[in-house]
Amino acid sequence: MLLGVSVVVFVAMHLLPGDVATLLLGDRATAASLARLRHELGLDQPVFVQYWRFLSGALSGDFGTSLRDNRPALGEVLQAFPTTIELTVSALALAVAIGLPLGVFAAFREGTWLDTAITTPTLFGVSMPVFWLGLMALLLFSEKLGWLPTGGLMPIGAHVPERTGLSIIDAFLTGNAALIWQAIRHLLLPAATLATIPLALITRITRGEVLASMHLDHVRTARAKGLPEGRVRRAHILRNALIPIVTVIGLQLGLLLSGAFLTETIFSLPGLGRLMVDAILARDYPVVQTGAIFIAGLFVLVNFAVDISYGLLDPRVRRKGAR
Amino acid sequence: MSEAVLVAPPPVGRATLLARPAAKVGLGIVLLFLFVCAAAPLLAPYDPYAQDLMHALAGPSALHPLGTDQYGRDVLSRVLYGARYALFAVIVGDGLALVLGSTLGLLAGYIGGVVDAVIMRLVDILLAFPYLLLALILVAALGPSLLHSLIAIGIVYTPQYARLIRGQVLTVRQTDFVRATRALGASRWRVLLRHVTPNSLSPVVVMATLQAGSVIIETAGLSFLGLGAQPPSPDWGALLADGQNYFLTAWWIATFPGLAIFCVVLGFNLFGDALRRAFDPRAQ
Repeated sequence: MLLGVSVVVFVAMHLLPGDVATLLLGDRATAASLARLRHELGLDQPVFVQYWRFLSGALSGDFGTSLRDNRPALGEVLQAFPTTIELTVSALALAVAIGLPLGVFAAFREGTWLDTAITTPTLFGVSMPVFWLGLMALLLFSEKLGWLPTGGLMPIGAHVPERTGLSIIDAFLTGNAALIWQAIRHLLLPAATLATIPLALITRITRGEVLASMHLDHVRTARAKGLPEGRVRRAHILRNALIPIVTVIGLQLGLLLSGAFLTETIFSLPGLGRLMVDAILARDYPVVQTGAIFIAGLFVLVNFAVDISYGLLDPRVRRKGAR
Repeated sequence: MSEAVLVAPPPVGRATLLARPAAKVGLGIVLLFLFVCAAAPLLAPYDPYAQDLMHALAGPSALHPLGTDQYGRDVLSRVLYGARYALFAVIVGDGLALVLGSTLGLLAGYIGGVVDAVIMRLVDILLAFPYLLLALILVAALGPSLLHSLIAIGIVYTPQYARLIRGQVLTVRQTDFVRATRALGASRWRVLLRHVTPNSLSPVVVMATLQAGSVIIETAGLSFLGLGAQPPSPDWGALLADGQNYFLTAWWIATFPGLAIFCVVLGFNLFGDALRRAFDPRAQ
């Protein structure tokens, strides 16, 4: 799969309009200097030779250097990665922590005003453009109310030694409560913005799956044999509803990474999304190529982890796998 | 018995489709959106490109109900004309995905074997990318423009149609009437085009409606990042990007295009949901 991903990214990058050598040396470069640079970069080789060189380089950790600042492309991606992972994990944690109980609560109160009060906003949530919501949240919570900062990971001038690249963890490592609070305040608005759509989806799916599980035969049997209602709900309804919910939660990563590209732009966060957009606009193709393979690889690994989790959650999957 | 009765979903009446108030609201929004697209020149009070620097960044007033932008252009007129860009995105982006995905799905499901394996591996690879990342890579390759962003969005959504249609075709090709048609001597391609294709396409209508909202959001997202429609076009995403620079002092520039995106996407989602319920017997 990762090989296929690398082919798609490589082919797409080599369809780039314009000549990379001209891009690097400028329009006034001589034909001789352009030819020399093309030879140095291997651009005068057949495409499959270029791909092989790219692949063998990538396997040994060499993804080329950024055309903008001549730094290793992988280094730039790894530097931006912690910000994106911090943002997406915080958003997913928020979405799961709120969406899961809300969905269960709405299902157990199906048809009541509480159910309507929960499900109606979720319909609005899935139709919300995250980049607009981010701007409106900034306008309200930062500009009008002044509760939260307008962007960045830390206040200007705050010095936090970078150990993990995760602003909250780095702030914790300083042991300074004021810095920890600042790190949380800076992350709150972007994470909440990014969590909106997954929160709505998780709530809707949880409600739907719990409702579907409530009417299964084994639940009726469990009630008929006199099990306490709490145990029926926990062991028979929720456990059974969990598999499709976990799938949906796993699938949110793609949505979150897509949303992170926009959220990072709005909140001026130095993450992978912003790095990629800047690299595309500057046609810095080694960085785009490296970032794309890195993110797609991460996405494939998470989907694989979700597949494995089925076995842990569902004994039927374990048995099928053992056969 | 007619062929279609064996596989086609039960007939969908208007009463079933619009049984829920949400469906009526959704249809109403979609129809209003189409009306605005058609009648934008009649509804817009100003030329969406006309600059009036004397009234730059003016707040909502009787003269300019949604205010003006940094060049004094009327925001209401630009939002109304922007609806046409959103419709263009649905037609080109969603349309391209539908045509490409349906063709690939039909070929994979009907021919099977190596063709099926190759197409489905390609589909799996495309699905290994988060949506916006794949669109970004394709726009990076093609160069930033509205058309290129729509081609990218079309390719991004192709795998979903391909998977859906392939599944349908695998079911339809096993039905008695398809076997009977083959036994009567109909050619392979005639069976595919006259019998399998028409009977496999009904879920596509539902998917196309549900995807329309996502296509509008993704296209606006690319324009917002500067990779789609370019200034001075009144694309909603580009208007939002414009408004981002002024949103602390002139909130109206970014607020109303975003509200328009939200309402139209909500309309497509509500109506698409009603279509899904009407077509899918399990959802009823």
